Amino acid sequence: MSGPDLGRLLAMTRKEAREFRRTPFILGAMVVLPVIFIIEPLIDIFRLGSSTPASAVQKVVGVTFLLMLIVPAVLPSTIAAYSVIGERDQGTLEPLLTTPVRRSELLLGKALAAMIPSVLVSYVIFGVVLLCAHLFAANQTVVATLSNGPEILAEVLFAPLLSGWSIAVGTGISARASDVRIAQQLGTLASLPPLAVTALVSFQVLTPSVPVAVGFGLGFLVIDIAMWRVVAAMFDRERLITGARALAAGGGGGGGRPPGTVRRIQMVQEGDHE
Amino acid sequence: MPAGPSRADGAPGALRPSRPAHWGRYPAAMVQPAPGPGGEGAALPARDGPALRVSGLTKRFGDRAAFEDVSFEVARGEVFGFLGPNGAGKTTTVRTLGTLIAPTSGSAEVAGLPLSPQNGEAIRRRISVMPENPGLYSRLTVRENLELFASLYGLRSPGERIAGALDAVRLADRSEDRCGRLSKGLRQRVGLARALLNDPEVIFLDEPTSGLDPVAAGEVHDLINGWRQRGVTVFLTTHRLAEAERLCDRVAILNTRLRSVGSPKDLRASLFGGSLVVETATPLPDPRAVFAGVAAVMEWTEGGNGTYLLSVADPRQAAPQVARAVVAAGADLISLAESQHSLEDVYLQLIDDDGSAPR
Ligand SMILES: Nc1ncnc2c1ncn2[C@@H]1O[C@H](COP(=O)(O)OP(=O)(O)OP(=O)(O)O)[C@@H](O)[C@H]1O
Ligand SMILES: [Mg+2]
Repeated sequence: MSGPDLGRLLAMTRKEAREFRRTPFILGAMVVLPVIFIIEPLIDIFRLGSSTPASAVQKVVGVTFLLMLIVPAVLPSTIAAYSVIGERDQGTLEPLLTTPVRRSELLLGKALAAMIPSVLVSYVIFGVVLLCAHLFAANQTVVATLSNGPEILAEVLFAPLLSGWSIAVGTGISARASDVRIAQQLGTLASLPPLAVTALVSFQVLTPSVPVAVGFGLGFLVIDIAMWRVVAAMFDRERLITGARALAAGGGGGGGRPPGTVRRIQMVQEGDHE
Repeated sequence: MPAGPSRADGAPGALRPSRPAHWGRYPAAMVQPAPGPGGEGAALPARDGPALRVSGLTKRFGDRAAFEDVSFEVARGEVFGFLGPNGAGKTTTVRTLGTLIAPTSGSAEVAGLPLSPQNGEAIRRRISVMPENPGLYSRLTVRENLELFASLYGLRSPGERIAGALDAVRLADRSEDRCGRLSKGLRQRVGLARALLNDPEVIFLDEPTSGLDPVAAGEVHDLINGWRQRGVTVFLTTHRLAEAERLCDRVAILNTRLRSVGSPKDLRASLFGGSLVVETATPLPDPRAVFAGVAAVMEWTEGGNGTYLLSVADPRQAAPQVARAVVAAGADLISLAESQHSLEDVYLQLIDDDGSAPR
């Protein structure tokens, strides 16, 4: 088996990006989420007085790091579910799958399109929170802890890895589910367990260090790859197409005929055109 | 391996014209393009074989057959119509030959390649499929939709190809419109432009004119005719029998099983035989005596008011004899014409033979 063709993969990504830019729901999420996830931790950070006890500071830091990872952990699964089900609703899977595009190109192209903005947004959130803390926080311990190297490394590594998991889950669920809302909710739920694992580092249950960050990062990578294999296997042409048919019949969308009817053939009189 | 297509001829023959035994097993000479000079018998590379060769193909969903034991061939450059009632299995056949779903049994060759999972990608490069619903990204413009597919086909000069395809369907001035805002007819044309991008050897069109007004449908017909002239093979499913009659070199009538294959003309002839309609100024005093004297007339019925319907083997040969006999009987002959059965008559006859349609 030869690997994915980069041209086709990026063509998928470009197409997805164009669609996202014109999808109010995704644009909205990209704008609103950073605002929420910047304001929320900053309120906590600014509330800390200069003499707040270390344990309380540690709690705020933990919550802050956790909040930073919610965006890459949850947003991509929602986007991925939206994107796969969007293909089905528009009937685009069928023409897409009759081109030479490979499963891996299709999936990775889509994944990249969901991952890049989510991870970028999470880095921006993190950067802004860090900057604001440096500039305005009264409590110096919180600033020092937030700028702790291993914590930042964990943050930077975990964001794409959590999003990889999240996209795989969102894609896998929506390959089977027929309703975008259900797929998104299930996807969100399934994105949470790895987030709980990162909480161990955020809340310093495991002392953050470079080996811990890298170790967890590798662990996530292995899980991501395994998960992607499972999803790729689910993404089989026939299942997607015959599943799409059931959907089209149920949705009654463009041109679907009610089952169980036999229609007389449509007659076109000679001379209908020309 | 099924030995060949087995025709299940449903109804007992009494009221039906009997069907020639070769139906569905038309001679290869009807299918193959005329061999080129010196080409006879030479070992031909795959690309010179038929565009489609389908043998005993069956697809089941659970225990229900979408289509069963279907066999036919389509020559290169042929426009082949695939007709059948709702649920007959036309779309499933297109999807199977388009490598989207795997057949349950039987075999096929598409654009010279055996239909198999290993050949899927290679086949997909040589064909294009326009599904029942053209399936466009509604948030993308016409051009952006085509750009995606041009990249997926890995075209060398995508800009030119896109421009060419847009020109072919006369959409150049709408290329920056979002597809979601186009009318059904225009969307259909975008789908056709997309089907042209990779310069396919075989184009599958699943009901390309369904829901189109007569003018828009006519434009699609013109396009298909243009492709025929360029030697592209077109596999066309349709419910519009007049369309099939006008466009297709041959048609197949499917009702889960293949009911017949042939040119519209041959189907008419073999199902209904030849017939002549004779009209005289006043009813013939003794029509029995007149028509019994003409060897070519096998049977006749009186239509009233001086019209008679005659069954003949070959209308062109029988007509002069009939004319002479009528005139010799002293009658004033007003008209003598071959009676026309449309492809629709053929279709209804075959489908009615099956009793009920599959769903
Ligand atoms: N994914 C599927 N799962 C189960 N049954 C299916 C599936 N797809 C098609 N069928 C069944 O197979 C049969 C053929 O369906 P198909 O869509 O191929 O018919 P068609 O000839 O294209 O009909 P139409 O003229 O309505 O488009 C029908 O009985 C249909 O219900
Ligand atoms: Mg159909």
